[in-house]
Amino acid sequence: MAGGGIREIKQRIKSVQSTSQITKAMKMMAAAKLRRSQERAEASRPYAEKMRDVVMSIAAGTGGSKHPMLQARPVKKTGYVIITSDRGFAGGYNGNLLRMLTKSIKERHTSKDQYTIIVLGGKGYNFLSKREHPIAESEVGLSDTPNYGDIKDIARKAVNLFAEGEIDELYLVYNKFISAISQEPTEVRLLPLASVEKAENAPTYDFEPSAEEVLADLLPKYAETLIFSALLDAKASEQGARMTAMGSATDNANEMIEKYTLIYNRARQAAITQEISEIVSGASALE
Amino acid sequence: MNTIAIEVVTPERLVYRGEARIVVARGVEGDLGILPNHIPLVTPLKIAPVVVKKANEGQEETIAVSGGVMEVRKEKITILAETAELPDTIDVDRALRAKERAERRLAESGQEDFDFKRAQLALQRAIMRLSVAQKGR
Repeated sequence: MAGGGIREIKQRIKSVQSTSQITKAMKMMAAAKLRRSQERAEASRPYAEKMRDVVMSIAAGTGGSKHPMLQARPVKKTGYVIITSDRGFAGGYNGNLLRMLTKSIKERHTSKDQYTIIVLGGKGYNFLSKREHPIAESEVGLSDTPNYGDIKDIARKAVNLFAEGEIDELYLVYNKFISAISQEPTEVRLLPLASVEKAENAPTYDFEPSAEEVLADLLPKYAETLIFSALLDAKASEQGARMTAMGSATDNANEMIEKYTLIYNRARQAAITQEISEIVSGASALE
Repeated sequence: MNTIAIEVVTPERLVYRGEARIVVARGVEGDLGILPNHIPLVTPLKIAPVVVKKANEGQEETIAVSGGVMEVRKEKITILAETAELPDTIDVDRALRAKERAERRLAESGQEDFDFKRAQLALQRAIMRLSVAQKGR
């Protein structure tokens, strides 16, 4: 390899180095954000749990309530709420999820009239709108630490689609957070609400104004809460996925740097050897 | 003296936890004063302040609650709210702006309109926040 090759390799090393700096910084940021997201998910749990307790004990107490949100009806149209990220660099985070959604859509539905999608996150929106899936609502550019107020409207719209009979069931598709290195694409049926079991040691409540009316007030809120919890979970998953992806990107970059450095050193040595032998042979020609 | 535990939680966090002599809240059917050993009860709340009177005479805490549901058990009250704020965390400027905006919308849009109802609720929230903030000063 001649002198020109050395410079190219050197440039290559530099560029990989700067890439690895970026991926390393992104990994550290993701780690910090992951901690924050996890804290938020943790902080939201008491509300969701309490809400479930109350809903369960009311629904059980009123003996198989006739509230439409608790009753399965023949499915003519299905709604999907999918939670994706706005930014990439998160490995298979969005890809796996969207693949799962398109797969279950393909399995369940034969035409585009049979389902509609509510999308959170720009990645999902771009993917689904490009493939001309019916999108009922969308919300992009959510913060990494979303507030309830940020998604209240879209969650309410999703629940209203069901309440008004536009859709007959509602699925929630998101990445469930298992651990920092493991996230699982999950699909759960949100509405109608799954069979309710009476929570243990729940007291028998009095209701004001009436059990049915309290339930009518609570159930949409409960469904919205579930969407919000899933969003917080998904955000934690996103950071976890990004952390892992950026971690392995950094590792790969370092490996590459090592490889190129070795090639660089070899080329440098070869060039020096060549130069010396040129000088020696030049000198011996003068004798 | 007998007290009852109270917790106010929003989807984001636990806002308030304490012991109360009596808790006064505005349910959809009217004002409720909850004393210890109250019968188990669930009721949605109106957009209104919740007043927690503490065990020490004269001490009380006012919490601005909207979109709330109150669950009462014998020994504990839990308020689940979409938003809940203590007086010192209320952004008065923001509430003032929200109030003006809501009033403007109410003046512009016709009644029965969807936006009209929204503006009405927004106005209620803003007014409640302002009154709670004022009381807390």
